[in-house]
Amino acid sequence: MISLILKRLATAIPVLLAVITLTFFMVHSAPGGPFDEEKAVSPEVLLKLNERYNLNEPLMVQYFDYLGNVLQGDFGPSFRYPSRSVTELISIGLPITFELALYAILFALMLGIIAGVISSLRPNTAYDYIPMTVAMAGICIPSIILGPSLTLIFGIWLNWLPVTGWGDIPGDKILPTITLGTAYAAYCARLTRGGMLEILNQDFIRTARAKGLSEFRVVVVHALRGGLTPVIAFLGPAMAGLLAGSFVVETIFGIPGLGRFYVEAAFNRDYTMILGTSIFFSCLIISFNLLSDLVAASLNPRLRDQ
Amino acid sequence: MKQINVVSLFLVLILSACGGTESKVDSALEEQILYFGNGTEPKDLDPHTVTGVPESHILMALLEGLVIRHPEGLDPLPGVARSWDVSEDGKTYTFNLRDTAVWSNGDPVTASDFVWAWERMLTPSLGSKYPDMLYDVVNAEEFNQGIITDFTKVGVKALSSQQLLVKLKNPAPYFLGLLAHYTTRPVHRPTIEKFGEIDTLGSLWTRPGNFIGNGPFTLKEWQLNKVLKVKKNSLYWNAEQVKLNEIHFFPVDNATREDLMFRAGQLHVTSTVPLEKVPVYTKEYPDLIHIDPYYGTYYLRVNVKKEPFDNKLVRKALSLSIDRKEIVENVSKGGQLPAFSFTPPDPNSYYPPTSLEFNPELARSLLDEARISKEKVPTFELLYNTSEGHQKLAQAIQQMWKENLNIDVQLTNTDWKVYLSRQSIGDYSIARAGWIGDYVDPKTFLDMMVTGRGNNQTGWSNSEYDDLLVKAAQSPSQEERFKNFYKAEKILIDELPIIPIYTYTRIYMLNQDVKGWSPNLLDTHPYQFVYLER
Repeated sequence: MISLILKRLATAIPVLLAVITLTFFMVHSAPGGPFDEEKAVSPEVLLKLNERYNLNEPLMVQYFDYLGNVLQGDFGPSFRYPSRSVTELISIGLPITFELALYAILFALMLGIIAGVISSLRPNTAYDYIPMTVAMAGICIPSIILGPSLTLIFGIWLNWLPVTGWGDIPGDKILPTITLGTAYAAYCARLTRGGMLEILNQDFIRTARAKGLSEFRVVVVHALRGGLTPVIAFLGPAMAGLLAGSFVVETIFGIPGLGRFYVEAAFNRDYTMILGTSIFFSCLIISFNLLSDLVAASLNPRLRDQ
Repeated sequence: MKQINVVSLFLVLILSACGGTESKVDSALEEQILYFGNGTEPKDLDPHTVTGVPESHILMALLEGLVIRHPEGLDPLPGVARSWDVSEDGKTYTFNLRDTAVWSNGDPVTASDFVWAWERMLTPSLGSKYPDMLYDVVNAEEFNQGIITDFTKVGVKALSSQQLLVKLKNPAPYFLGLLAHYTTRPVHRPTIEKFGEIDTLGSLWTRPGNFIGNGPFTLKEWQLNKVLKVKKNSLYWNAEQVKLNEIHFFPVDNATREDLMFRAGQLHVTSTVPLEKVPVYTKEYPDLIHIDPYYGTYYLRVNVKKEPFDNKLVRKALSLSIDRKEIVENVSKGGQLPAFSFTPPDPNSYYPPTSLEFNPELARSLLDEARISKEKVPTFELLYNTSEGHQKLAQAIQQMWKENLNIDVQLTNTDWKVYLSRQSIGDYSIARAGWIGDYVDPKTFLDMMVTGRGNNQTGWSNSEYDDLLVKAAQSPSQEERFKNFYKAEKILIDELPIIPIYTYTRIYMLNQDVKGWSPNLLDTHPYQFVYLER
């Protein structure tokens, strides 16, 4: 187990370095700079701004300066928000995005596992086809359509739920959670179904049934433990995907999370913010993948030796 | 399926628990809180370094200049200055400050506060993007460009704590209008110096708890990308006039979401209306949608350094083959007016005597004339920043040029920063552009086209035009000034380095509870006159 962690950490370093290097040179080569504005900035002012943000140095010097700062944990000031540092912006956005992702994954697990178990118990009947068709639809509908549709139905026509916000009006977290979680719920349902079908045909389940255990006990206590392995393996990438991919939902519902900062930074050529969030997200994805491998290994002894 | 039924029942229970409450707009009547859709998230709240419209909305609540804008767009009203005298030659202003004007921490607002604020704004190392707002002041430009370093030589002095003397290079009848702009408002020196130097960019003085202002409201809360709240400043000299208790500015940069928020009663006023909904709302909610005249021009910028656009006849032909009436009626469809000049006409004063007709036949003959040595106008690019509205308009113009002149145009849309950068380095043929005046005076438009100005970006240069603008600046009377501007405008419309398309309108939704809100050319609505009533 420890060697697995060490191996993963060792590969993480070149990955991060590649992310930093590629992102750095890509953002700097993109046309348009952080200080291009509609009201043209005079050459004197531009010079002052470039000096202030260390942009007048040759690119390689800037790159090594940046690497040095990152090693010390300093992501620098944001270009878009001159009075805020990248670290501050991440610390403002992250808890919100994390909360949203957490609700979405809980929603996805709850709905997905229930639907998956139901369809696996009576494969190739209506109990299987209906949830799986719905799941397929859930995977296919992009949040950019689902979000506004839910808003229109529950927010405007029925007037049950707020159409925007996060933690302002009671209930304003429900629609974003459903919008973000639906596709993942659908994946969960399909993975659960697949995992369960495999387990339910095995001998130890037959033994459990032969012992006269109730169907509920057979499914929940014996089958689910193994049947959920694919879902658990999926959790890490899913959580990372939810965190990094929440910007669409954040934009639709006006949620002040990290995803919006990330996308806006690209439009604003906010170099430090683009780099800071890219590095941060890379670290998150690496850690979540590692975490889900560890959980899967502890659940499944066959994986432990690998 | 039973479990699913339980889940959905559970969800319905939660949902119904949330429903049926009164909307924010309803409860705002009692609380007098204005919910304001404010476009994008403000970059900062430092009046000397920001440039955007969202920032200007917030700064109007937090800081007050010598004068304030009239709610109906007329001449400025007294602000921190209770009165002022202007010398006969129009070059010396003496402002008498009111002794009741104080900062939100109780310190009096003095003439020296203005002197220091202007020094800060003009300090080259601060990198203010709007220093030209004060360039009419004697030596201000020289100080800002580092030619002189002694600020006492700049034409602004505190005669006493309550008297401010301002000396101008030229009589500038619009000068009071500039003093209502946020860049010329005072800032609280001790606060700024507590968090940095005079030229520290992005220090913490603009945060809630630190910000000391002198406006009708003070900064209460600032949650990035979520909401910025200001509350009534009880120390404001005219606090009696202020009826709103709070204003909540929401950074909603997505028109569809803003529209939903308005319809769900979460906003009183929006910053825009989704393009496709304007005709529908105009018909169905004529009381809620507002289409106000706006001091801005939508135009095409022509790169006159590039062939064949260096030829005036080609530019003229391009302009003559654009049917502006067709564009405003069937493409932009937001009540815009076809533009016949660069400066939008102000029916009360400045009305440029120019015209831009639609005459494809004349256009073709001009092109024939211009083609003497050229084969054909090559396919060129029409550059615009990605937006549905700009795209529709570009397509319409593309079609008009094809139909009327048989010219092929390639549409290129790029993101905002690429669009700006390509224009500033002259890497374009023709680009869409828009300009909104900072104050109601032709100078804010015509000055832009002077040789070498940062926003000229067309490569166009005309010494007669430049001279007329200098003459206008030195004119002793408004009448003579306008005469010079008219002449300059005629040159511009004859030369067409820019091809005006239409005069903007401000399109937004406004809840009917909002009172004291009058349409005006600059779209500024001083909050001390605004209140909520049903």
